[in-house]
Amino acid sequence: MRIIVPLQGVVQGRGGLVFGSLIPCALFYFLQLYLKRNRPSSPSSSPPSPSPSSSNLSELSTIPRSLSRGLISPRGSSGRAQLSSRGAAIARPDDSPYYIGNKRCVDDPYHPSSNPDGIMQLGLAENQLSLDLVRDWLESNLKESFPGDKENGGLNIRGLATYQPYDGLMDLKMAMAGFMGQVLQGSVSFNPSQIILTAGATPAIETLSFCLADPGNAFLVPSPYYPGWDRDIKWRTGVELIPVPCRSTDNFNISIAALDRAYNQAKKRGLKVRAVLVSNPTNPVGNILSQETMYGLLDFATEKNIHLISDEIFAGSTHGSDKFVSIAEVLDAEGFDRSRVHIIYGLSKDLSLPGFRVGVIYSFNEHVLAAAAKLGRFSSISAPTQCLLVSMLSDTKFISKYLEINRERLRKMYALFVGELKQLGIECTTSSGGFYCWADMSKFIRSYSEKGELKLWDELLNVARINVTPGSACHCIEPGWFRCCFTTLTEKDISVVMERITRITEGH
Amino acid sequence: MGVEFGVPLSEIATSNAHGEDSPYFAGWKAYDEDPYDAVSNPSGVIQMGLAENQVSFDLLENYLKQHPETSSQGSGISGFRENALFQDYHGLKTFREAMAGFMEQVRGGRAKFDPERVVLTAGATAANELLTFIVADPGDALLIPTPYYPGFDRDLRWRTGVRIIPAHCHSSNGFQITIKALEDAHAKAVAANIRVRGILLTNPSNPLGTAITRTVLEHILDFAVQKDIHLISDEIYSGSVFTSAEFVSVAEIVEARGYELDCDGVHIVYSLSKDLGLPGFRVGTIYSYNDRVVTTARRMSSFTLVSSQTQRMLASMLSDREFTGNYIKTNRDRLRKRYEYIVEGLKNAGIDCLQGNAGLFCWMNLGPLLEEATREGELSLWKLILLEVKLNISPGSSCHCSEAGWFRVCFANMSEQTLDIALRRIKAFMEKSKARKRQA
Repeated sequence: MRIIVPLQGVVQGRGGLVFGSLIPCALFYFLQLYLKRNRPSSPSSSPPSPSPSSSNLSELSTIPRSLSRGLISPRGSSGRAQLSSRGAAIARPDDSPYYIGNKRCVDDPYHPSSNPDGIMQLGLAENQLSLDLVRDWLESNLKESFPGDKENGGLNIRGLATYQPYDGLMDLKMAMAGFMGQVLQGSVSFNPSQIILTAGATPAIETLSFCLADPGNAFLVPSPYYPGWDRDIKWRTGVELIPVPCRSTDNFNISIAALDRAYNQAKKRGLKVRAVLVSNPTNPVGNILSQETMYGLLDFATEKNIHLISDEIFAGSTHGSDKFVSIAEVLDAEGFDRSRVHIIYGLSKDLSLPGFRVGVIYSFNEHVLAAAAKLGRFSSISAPTQCLLVSMLSDTKFISKYLEINRERLRKMYALFVGELKQLGIECTTSSGGFYCWADMSKFIRSYSEKGELKLWDELLNVARINVTPGSACHCIEPGWFRCCFTTLTEKDISVVMERITRITEGH
Repeated sequence: MGVEFGVPLSEIATSNAHGEDSPYFAGWKAYDEDPYDAVSNPSGVIQMGLAENQVSFDLLENYLKQHPETSSQGSGISGFRENALFQDYHGLKTFREAMAGFMEQVRGGRAKFDPERVVLTAGATAANELLTFIVADPGDALLIPTPYYPGFDRDLRWRTGVRIIPAHCHSSNGFQITIKALEDAHAKAVAANIRVRGILLTNPSNPLGTAITRTVLEHILDFAVQKDIHLISDEIYSGSVFTSAEFVSVAEIVEARGYELDCDGVHIVYSLSKDLGLPGFRVGTIYSYNDRVVTTARRMSSFTLVSSQTQRMLASMLSDREFTGNYIKTNRDRLRKRYEYIVEGLKNAGIDCLQGNAGLFCWMNLGPLLEEATREGELSLWKLILLEVKLNISPGSSCHCSEAGWFRVCFANMSEQTLDIALRRIKAFMEKSKARKRQA
């Protein structure tokens, strides 16, 4: 994968770009094919044991191609009652730096006084900057978990405890539609009937994937992308994710041409592409999609007759000077076929409440809404939490104040963090949103490769004792980029982080 | 298939595997359109098809009134922070401990539960689906004794691609599960080249309202071990047994066998939806004796986590052993009284029920009323009862019952007054039917 980059560097220039892209792409394609065919089995697995059904493989016609390989793959435990191949794949130990790093932070968390040598967490996109605002509101509105029974002056648990619509209370859908509108400063009006509520954005994206694609189908995903999608989407749906690399020379913006190439390559491999999945603001880079890009995406999706999924979970967490525009706003303005557009949202980022588990599928497709509503039964939000949030989201004055203050704090923290990194000689791309910056540490890696990058990541984790997310975990094809989250840090913490980074950078 | 919709959708989105076209759900629609209300709609449809427990709400309400701190967010910034940010799929330790303790209390202390093996999910529906994903691949099958909860057809098959093979039980022995039924079902699968991965039991049974005896449970576990398949025991009605001593959990058998390798394939599903009457809270658990299943289930629970606020709230409530002990006992007594009342009322109307000892429903036999002892005959009787008698009850055929004429009737989701009215309507209907028969 890393071969392309130097080649492209060599053949810059308009005419050269064609060859510069074609040849490496072809090489890349064949290399991938070769690697896939010769992929060694993971060292932790035991030798394949004959499965009772392997002789019946041909008769088990209902099993999709992508899973049939799983039947002959190692079973792992020699105990009885083995796991399914899906289960076994999920049970394997984590091999992604994204998860390994996070686990290290859980096991050995930094604390300024009680554990000053612990690992500092810069790998989790969690916003702790404005928790005080949310806490204060909750403290003054404690009773809102249970609706009051005004007639009898008591609690009305009956109204809350019984079975509720699986895709969320209508009251919360309405409040959520209002909140989403507020986040966009009134530029879009969201329709509550197009909202499906789920227990977090994680089931939202999975449920949507189950509705749009069959096992073995694929989504095109501009990379680098959020590492969690590799689990959330691939684990149970059987959908493949095809990374479509974005380049630093484009400031990691989406290239429609690259999407087109990836689509054709997938077609040649016999993979049916069913959707393009983007995030906006993007994770891990923090870009805001331009209107032009969104038109391009809509045109592309229309041309190929596929879906467009826009994960806008950081929509309210912008801190740059660019104005955030939702895909919904673009749809409003132009005459695109809306039935192919779906938005993922949630309260984990913009409202700092990941623990409450609140996600949204917003779709313009009635069939998707109908199916997703029924699928809601597997991931419904707890009723008292819904009740509490109806209250909070309906307090538009609080929400307005919160969004404004939160954005300001993000802006400040971003500027401080990026500024300090710059002093150490580490440049970041210009981010407009999200809780992180996208830092170029390539000058500190010895061999310009994924291996070299992971070595640096390891040094950062074990020597500098900070957990950052390496670009390779996000499918970035250029080595040396790291996502650094700054919203779990105080200003004091930032000084400590910088000092620790110098442990590494000074050696180079 | 996708063409008619414009941009293509998945098989899952467009198939009928959600099963909501069956009579079980059609009855709900009729109720939604014309719901009974004592004051505003006294001739409306009475919902007797929803297994919801409303008989003990007052106990919960009193508890919450006396303990307002239950719904608080925790003291200080750190307490709140823990709550708002907590999305660890391990679940809140205090809540897992409270759940384990509650499950022990429900079983009269006859089994111990390790909080480290408790995996939390947003409801038992999610728990059952999750376990299915973990133990079976698409095309594989689970054996389920009939009659069974109609929702399983959807919950266990829709997204997983797993099949259900019914193991038929019969009224001749009170619908008890026999090894022969399991053997027959297993053989059927083998003959069709379908790999069986597990057995799923509901104990106490829905829709039968009976607890499985110890002997039968032992035999089922032996069968599962012999066939090298999993045993999933859905015990969501375990707190709804009328007399504590009559319920034997598979956990007790596992303990009696000293947690040997036999138990590597045993998993229990539980939830607060039935016993505690809190389905809206979406709290379910998977309890497994298999470490890999626990790890895998925990990771997969990311798709169905319980709100941290709810975990916190219930942790404090369920840790109050005095409250829970009293609740369990009172709830049981009230359910038993309701059961006896409805069975008596049905007897007066000339209807026999299966002798039950648990659950929120009874299993009644309207076989003698059928024009023809077939599924069609049963469904036309069901329709008649829905449209004329204005009662939504669940036909046995939607539960895959092998014999026509059995119906599940829920009694815990309404007031005593409403139950009275329902019984009166049934009596009137029975008398009318008898009269019609005499004339014919």
